[in-house]
Amino acid sequence: MIPLSHYLLVSAILFTIGAVGVLIRRNAILIFMCIELMLNAVNLSFIALAAYQNLVDGQVFVFFVITVAAAEVAVGLAILVYLFYQRLTTDVDDINSLKG
Amino acid sequence: MIELIPLVLYLPALGAIINAFAGRKSVSRIVGPAVVGLAFLIALVVLAGLLALPPDQRSRDVLMWTWMPGRGLDIQIAARVDPLSLLMTLVVTGVGFLIHVYSTGYMADDERYARFFFYLNLFITAMLALVLGNNYLMMFLGWEGVGLCSYLLIGFWFYKPEAANAAKKAFVVNRIGDFAFTIGVLWLFAIFGTSDYNVIFGKAHEVFKPGDTTITWITLLLFIGATGKSAQLPLFVWLPDAMEGPTPVSALIHAATMVTAGVYMVVRSHALFELAPLTMSVVASVGALTALFAATIALVHTDLKRVLAYSTISQLGYMFMAAGVGAWPAAMFHLTTHAFFKALMFLGAGSVMHGLHGETNIFKMGGLRKFMPVTAATFVFGWLAISGIPPLAGFFSKDEILAQTFNAGYPALWALGTLTAALTAFYISRITILAFFGRQRFGRDVHPHESPPSMTAPLAALAFLSLVGGMALGLPLGEGSLINQFLAPVFTESHVPVEAATGNADLLTSISVAMGVLGIGVAWVLYVARWIPASFVSRVFKPFYILFSRKYFVDEIYHALVVVPAVWTAEFLFKAVDHAMIDGVAIGGAVEVMTLWSRALRWTQSGYVRSYAFLTLLGAVAMVLFFLFRL
Amino acid sequence: MPDLSNLPYEQAIFYLVSALAVGCALAMILSKNAVHAALFMVANFGLVAVLYLLLRASFIATIQVIVYAGAIMVLFLFVIMMLNVQEADPRSSRGPQDRLFTLGSLAPLLGLGLLGALAYVALGVKQPAATSGGLVFANIQDVGALLFTRYLYPFEITSLLLLVAMIGAVVLAKRR
Repeated sequence: MIPLSHYLLVSAILFTIGAVGVLIRRNAILIFMCIELMLNAVNLSFIALAAYQNLVDGQVFVFFVITVAAAEVAVGLAILVYLFYQRLTTDVDDINSLKG
Repeated sequence: MIELIPLVLYLPALGAIINAFAGRKSVSRIVGPAVVGLAFLIALVVLAGLLALPPDQRSRDVLMWTWMPGRGLDIQIAARVDPLSLLMTLVVTGVGFLIHVYSTGYMADDERYARFFFYLNLFITAMLALVLGNNYLMMFLGWEGVGLCSYLLIGFWFYKPEAANAAKKAFVVNRIGDFAFTIGVLWLFAIFGTSDYNVIFGKAHEVFKPGDTTITWITLLLFIGATGKSAQLPLFVWLPDAMEGPTPVSALIHAATMVTAGVYMVVRSHALFELAPLTMSVVASVGALTALFAATIALVHTDLKRVLAYSTISQLGYMFMAAGVGAWPAAMFHLTTHAFFKALMFLGAGSVMHGLHGETNIFKMGGLRKFMPVTAATFVFGWLAISGIPPLAGFFSKDEILAQTFNAGYPALWALGTLTAALTAFYISRITILAFFGRQRFGRDVHPHESPPSMTAPLAALAFLSLVGGMALGLPLGEGSLINQFLAPVFTESHVPVEAATGNADLLTSISVAMGVLGIGVAWVLYVARWIPASFVSRVFKPFYILFSRKYFVDEIYHALVVVPAVWTAEFLFKAVDHAMIDGVAIGGAVEVMTLWSRALRWTQSGYVRSYAFLTLLGAVAMVLFFLFRL
Repeated sequence: MPDLSNLPYEQAIFYLVSALAVGCALAMILSKNAVHAALFMVANFGLVAVLYLLLRASFIATIQVIVYAGAIMVLFLFVIMMLNVQEADPRSSRGPQDRLFTLGSLAPLLGLGLLGALAYVALGVKQPAATSGGLVFANIQDVGALLFTRYLYPFEITSLLLLVAMIGAVVLAKRR
């Protein structure tokens, strides 16, 4: 059977790709998608670790994560649309109002 | 009837409150004098009550309230009613009342009339607290209170720079004395655990042996406080400048009452001072030297009020001399008569200034008796009284002091005092003759006029007191006099050995009278007969003249020794410490450090989301690595 | 219930699907076109759903496809098309903002460090003894039972969260 560590390794690779994606992409929508990718990678870890201990709790957690992710996307995309109407861009490098 | 004594204290306080908040001239001119007059009447009632008691029971403490009870520091705000405090109370309220009445005329045109009476009433309140308290804490409260009122009243016309500076000077110089006084009182508190007179004076003989170092230091500290408040050497410099204040203030505070607080304090603490013979000698010597010192300065000054100010310092010196030789009743006697005739002369001077539009130079007066007969006539009583001409008030008290000084075994001090008596008679005659007699030396456009009755009536009353005050209190001469008998219960435990009179009392009296006559005679020769021109005398004694007229250069010496170093220190602190260190290094340095740090860290706050995300991830990776390989 | 503890070609399927998932993820973050990126993401999510199935988590695999590949991706695609934004080549840097900490060259380095750390942990995990006989199939019934017993309060709170998100999205969208 497949070793647990291999599942975790896949999860780690996907998570890293998502993180790097957040850093290198400038489009807010794509950054969002990368965040979803990272969440997904974590979900994979949850399920793998739970399955290899004959537990169902991991799936319940993933259920919650998916729910939260859905809510996040709904609100996040609404903000994004709003931002676009204000600035006419979704490039996060054009948005630096946080600068002190 | 003695229980009425709190009213004496409350009435002026009430008056002060009314004057502070009513602020109307019509209110103040009634309330201001009325409360003090009522207090005087009540004090008379209390006196009657006290005299009804047998002499050995004439000391009562009347509790008013307890301050901060239950913390081991129960401070009783209580009044001590005994002949000593009551005598002072009568002087303060009696003379104070007359001066209040006088002020209604003198200050009539001042737009801050109500405030003036607020200060005056407040002063009376503080002075009565000082006098009536039965513990050193109340005395201290009153002590500081009268100091504050003195400051406020000297600087009443604060828009004049001289007045503002004089007020400041008075306050600062007094503070030096007050500092010593505070230490003395706290030292007593540390030893006895209370500041109550009964406890301290009652136990003093058990706690200290005569001549103990501790009691000597304590009494010296108390006496330094007295030199500040009563303008003795070396802290007298503020009193002449205090003449910048309104003249009724000079009469009330800087002649009759406040400056005598030091004398009163020493007399009140006689049980302590008697345990410190060294301090007693210091007190007597300082008193005698101050008397002579101030009298010599008064010889040559031309400002009417300043001559009177130096005269006050000189007369206070007499009182301390008496206190120093243990002649407590004599000191209080002179305090009382001095209050009469010096208040009279100050008010007379004020009347002259009133008539001459503020002129105080005696060489710009002359012949005023024709224009202001009442002022001139009453001033003559003051002149004769202070010169020690019998049977006026000053004769009795001054003679008593000189005789007791001689009898106590201080012939040198007696000689100083006698010489001072001659000088006193001379300078007072000088100003009297120059101001009221002879030809007119003021300009033709000046039209002197007599003051209103509100001012001349108090003059007449004080002239009457100067005339009969001595006879009433000082007869029969010697131990049996009324004032001695009245005050005797206070000093029953007096431990100064009273030696048998060694001098011939009649001879001593004759000498002091002769000195007075001599002084007046010299003044007559110089200023009336003009056998010798005064300018010739001043040329012959030129070094002395310069020394006296420059006030022994004391102000210059103090300026060089105290003011200049103080200014240097302040400049140093301002420039080196405040400017360079605090502003420059501490505050500026903090700003600089913050700026550098901010500059160094500013680029981390680019405002770009991706940069924050990068740093967040960097931190996360660093933490993962840390936990992996360190733990 | 059939015995699903052993599936045919399980290992081959796992490695193939994993490789495809990683490839899709890489393609997603590197693609110039946002729509392409979104489509690569859908593919990635579908492949991860297969991995869930291999872990016998059929319910999660199902909602992974329905919620992510269905609802969320449609939403993403909708926004992308509505805003119609195109990004320049993600690897080209432009402007001063790319000088520090956002450099395309630094980010992969950091990613390598992260990957190293995570791989070190992942490979260090021992195989649990509980599943030596193969993985057990957990159906929707098991998930539902747990969800409505032990995790009832988090479940209810999640419903509240969804409500808040819904209202928030409406408010944001309405404001002009």
